[in-house]
Amino acid sequence: MSRTPRVTPAIRATGLRKDFTVKRKAGRLRRTTHTVAAVAGVDLTVGQGETVGYIGPNGAGKSTTLKMMTGVLTPSGGELSVCGVEPVPRRKQLARRIGVVFGQRSQLWWDLPLRESFRMLRYVYAVPEAEHAERLAACRELLDLDAFLDTPVRQLSLGQRMRGEITAALLHGPRVLFLDEPTIGLDVVSKQALRGFLADLGAGGDVTIMLTTHDLADIERLCPRLVVVDHGRVVHDGTLAELHARHGSQRRVVVDLDTPYDELPHVPGAKVDRVEDDGHRVVFALDGVPAGGLIARLAQQGGLRDVAVLEPDIEEVVARLYARGA
Amino acid sequence: MGDSARAYRELVRAQIRSQSQYRLSFALDAGLTSVMTLLEILTVIVLFRVTPELGGFSLREALLIAALCEFGFHIADLAVGNIEDVNRYVRLGLMDSVLVRPLSPLGQLLATDFPFRKVGRVVQSAALYVGVLVYADLDWTPARAVLAVVAPLSAAALFSAVFVAGATVAFWWIDSGEIANAFTYGGRQFGSYPVTVYPSWLRSVFAYGLGLAFAGYQPALALLGRPDPLGTPAWVAWCTPAVAAVAWTAALLLWRTGIRQYRSTGS
Repeated sequence: MSRTPRVTPAIRATGLRKDFTVKRKAGRLRRTTHTVAAVAGVDLTVGQGETVGYIGPNGAGKSTTLKMMTGVLTPSGGELSVCGVEPVPRRKQLARRIGVVFGQRSQLWWDLPLRESFRMLRYVYAVPEAEHAERLAACRELLDLDAFLDTPVRQLSLGQRMRGEITAALLHGPRVLFLDEPTIGLDVVSKQALRGFLADLGAGGDVTIMLTTHDLADIERLCPRLVVVDHGRVVHDGTLAELHARHGSQRRVVVDLDTPYDELPHVPGAKVDRVEDDGHRVVFALDGVPAGGLIARLAQQGGLRDVAVLEPDIEEVVARLYARGA
Repeated sequence: MGDSARAYRELVRAQIRSQSQYRLSFALDAGLTSVMTLLEILTVIVLFRVTPELGGFSLREALLIAALCEFGFHIADLAVGNIEDVNRYVRLGLMDSVLVRPLSPLGQLLATDFPFRKVGRVVQSAALYVGVLVYADLDWTPARAVLAVVAPLSAAALFSAVFVAGATVAFWWIDSGEIANAFTYGGRQFGSYPVTVYPSWLRSVFAYGLGLAFAGYQPALALLGRPDPLGTPAWVAWCTPAVAAVAWTAALLLWRTGIRQYRSTGS
């Protein structure tokens, strides 16, 4: 996978802010005005062709950031450039270069068949007919659209509609694709199919993908780079492995024994995490050391029935990260 | 430019296809609302059964004011009346989808919700206007002929500006629907009568503050060739298109500001 950023980054944000004023009741008639920073100074550069997972708890400012990047919301401060232009002042120009899937805000025509929506989008984005046909044919095949192409959008299942939305976002050949929780509410099979499609799209390197999600499987499958936000600030920007390293995620070794040990062996860097099943199962946590030493030591001691090495659970890391910010 | 025109045309066509699923309600709506236009004019005629003069104007003069105002209003209502729907877009966060497309948000909203059922009203008020022009027995000059065409279009631009400005309030204040109606439908009522019938504070606010005197009253004076009993100079009447242009520009600026105030909704 090529991750060399070319000259202009796809997205560059410096000190990006969005403040909302909120009115609260303070007494019978009086109201006080508070300013809430939904996005409180985000610095972020995304190179062309990168896939970035933008994650954080509800209310962390994920959607607000995406809406500023797509020209929907006007930033309160900071600098922002997407595809080389400032989103709000150059909104129409930007719209041709980006694709947007906001799960709850459909780009499709509710009362018309899916096929008609796609035809409409060709006019809306002024896409040459041949290009449009080519992209649509690719999506029809990869996203398996043919079975419901003539169904009115309002009658589609959520999974079908989401496949339609993603096609709609790609028909004008965007350079950056923004996806706000694309897999939310889908069944397992649909999720996997969608992830597979997005993973291939990202690996192609032509499209920069920025997605928000709460689904950790999405992150593991799709996002080599992870940006974690909380309270409107970036709290982590790096690979999944770096996130684990920084937050002390540990690999675990699960050992099943024929007979419980009288005394558990001491190996440097391996701590006993817990003992289960009356001592028939022991779980060790490895503090950055390879599992080999521990397993060799256990093998010497005998009575070993089974050994499993578990990679750190990202769910746990993210949960810990969220909890710390709260 | 050609591309955008084609895109808007397709948006309007999609709207026809969606609406064609509800034919009966379309027919009822179109039929009933046409009756409303007639009632508006009948009101003026009925008034003259009890008085020979209204604010110093005879029936034929008053009818010209009313017909101009009605025609202008219905053109505006057809073209941009559905902009009042913007508060639904704002409340539900639907503006998000509109703003990520490479077309003007105002143009998209108008094309997406284009109200064909209102076409009948425009045709009807146009016929009425032509009828009143004949009945009014004007002293035609080339300038007046041009004004007779430009005046209803200016009135339409004026009312459009009021529609757009009123709808824009939704970006700041979501429950603004009824307030906007007071100015649009209220403005239509106001503009249908000679401004001489109103107390001076109403005249300053609505007739000249909002420019509604230029929807019917002022151009009618110029077409009739009679001076304003309230003493505005005769050339003021000929400024009708300029007033409309200023109002429309102001409304568009307000709309642009409103779009940037848009807060969306949580997802």
